Amino acid sequence: MMLTREEVLQIAKLASLELADDEVEKFRQQLSDVLELFKKIDDVDLKNIEETSQVTGLENVMREDEVLPSECSREELLENAPRKNENSIIVPKVIEDKQ
Amino acid sequence: MNLYELTIAEAAKLLAEKKITSVELTQAILDRIEKVDEKIKAYICVTKDKALEQAKESDKRRAAGKSLGKLDGIPIAIKDLLCTKGVETTAASNILKGFVPCYNATVVQKLEDAGAVILGKANLDAFAHGSSTENSDFFTTKNPWDTTRVPGGSSGGSAAAVAADLCLGAIGTDTGGSIRQPASLCGVVGLKPTFGRVSRYGVIAMASSLDVIGPIAKTAEDAAIMMEVIAGRDRLDSTTLIDKVPEYSSEIGKEIKGLKVGVPKEYFVVSSSGVRTSTTHTYSGMDEDVEKAIKSAIEKLKSLGAEIIEISLPHADYGMAVYYILQPAEVSSNLSRYDGIKYGFSISASSHQLPACLPAGKASSLREVYTKSRGKGFGAEAKRRIMLGTYVLSAGYYDAYYKKAMQLRTLVKKDFEDAFEKVDVIVTPVSPTPAFKIGEKSDDPVQMYLSDVYTVPINPAGVPAVSVPAGFATRDGKKLPVGMQVIGPQLSEGRILNVAHQFEKAININNVKPSL
Repeated sequence: MMLTREEVLQIAKLASLELADDEVEKFRQQLSDVLELFKKIDDVDLKNIEETSQVTGLENVMREDEVLPSECSREELLENAPRKNENSIIVPKVIEDKQ
Repeated sequence: MNLYELTIAEAAKLLAEKKITSVELTQAILDRIEKVDEKIKAYICVTKDKALEQAKESDKRRAAGKSLGKLDGIPIAIKDLLCTKGVETTAASNILKGFVPCYNATVVQKLEDAGAVILGKANLDAFAHGSSTENSDFFTTKNPWDTTRVPGGSSGGSAAAVAADLCLGAIGTDTGGSIRQPASLCGVVGLKPTFGRVSRYGVIAMASSLDVIGPIAKTAEDAAIMMEVIAGRDRLDSTTLIDKVPEYSSEIGKEIKGLKVGVPKEYFVVSSSGVRTSTTHTYSGMDEDVEKAIKSAIEKLKSLGAEIIEISLPHADYGMAVYYILQPAEVSSNLSRYDGIKYGFSISASSHQLPACLPAGKASSLREVYTKSRGKGFGAEAKRRIMLGTYVLSAGYYDAYYKKAMQLRTLVKKDFEDAFEKVDVIVTPVSPTPAFKIGEKSDDPVQMYLSDVYTVPINPAGVPAVSVPAGFATRDGKKLPVGMQVIGPQLSEGRILNVAHQFEKAININNVKPSL
């Protein structure tokens, strides 16, 4: 299983990662090597085998919907935002201007 | 005896008898860090003033007869994957450099509520992705037994800190071996608890169906003491189990006579002529010294009255593939939150807010803020795993990889359930080799992933396992520790810690220390 350069770029796009040129080739090789490891799962007959996602069998853990005070204030939470203006986080404009 | 050499149990006794104070103990550890950590580089940051403050408070409580228990006044290191209120939490990654949480992870809060002294944040492979700490975006931690070798990972800083007496105990996290493998390579005890036994609230998520938090300690008894404090239901983590937390430290001390110990035949392949062969590629890498140490450990258990029974884990060989499909899939989802907007590194931040290693750039759209911040902020291994996970989850490949891995997970889990019908615990090596050289595998992900071959199948099955020192291999004239893994059924932490404790007492190598 050998990934193509285009496939690597497509995966990067889906993952919202900008890659440098040398990274594309390096990851093409390395990801292909790892995918090779996965081949052996095709040796097993998996017909009628259930999937396991929650290993301890817990399901639908419910609790009362109570309002509780947050441990952190708005100011504290905004403290870590890279760009902010008073009580807001600044992001680039996402709506195009109408010409 | 130097105070920093004490175990938690020993220090707790001396504190209770008022023969030492927490300030003396904490200062002794801080001095030791000052002197030795330059060589080991276990810590990303040491919160010295806060630690001494907490130690003072502890001494005051004790003087007033209000001690909070065995951990009151005990200096502990925290893997830098757990949020610490007001203290920078980086996951050893550039993308989170400078992130200061406004809350504590539940485990950190529970330790503080029990009076523990928090020393600082221990190094790891960035986002816990790795087996050596070489994937830390900051620096590589050194193995205290041979500083040209890795301490293991991802909780390598935590394990090295315990081994080098730079703390009395440490917190690690384990998604596929990240507590057990570094514990093994550094010659200390590491417990990976049952999935859901310890709250993950406030822990930077890696793979949510596999991640657990656990103790790394000098002895099994110390690990038990720490587990009593950190385990339990948490309303902030709905995956935590409601079962009552036993007093683990009183569960150790039982004889293991009659204990049924399973040894998986798939892991030890010996031909009739006595020559070691391997039928599968996956298990061909077991080092002869590791095999010798584990076989003699099994003999030791036998001499303690345990019954050794050969068992089979027929799908063990698929554990690697299951793990390396599910884990990156969940990683790709969990790491999508680092977007350069809410916190962490952002290409759009003004240059004075950026760490020196990351140059400022320009983003012309929201999408570019995402792609450039992530492209620059994540290290190579995080990118590899995000991409691998994105690939196996993408349209057309979900059924071929992810769905099959989830089905295979059922079979891997059933292997353990079937085995535990016949035996009480299962014993295996932890790592196929002793500590490897820094740089030896760092650019070969497949070789690096194979160093987790005995630990990764445990996480998809959700069962607990403990790594306990079993002996040494000698390389370049230096002693390198070899660990044994003791696996039990879900919620059997007390049982496996007891086996580790009895074994420890019998082989008596705890006093062998790295010379630093």
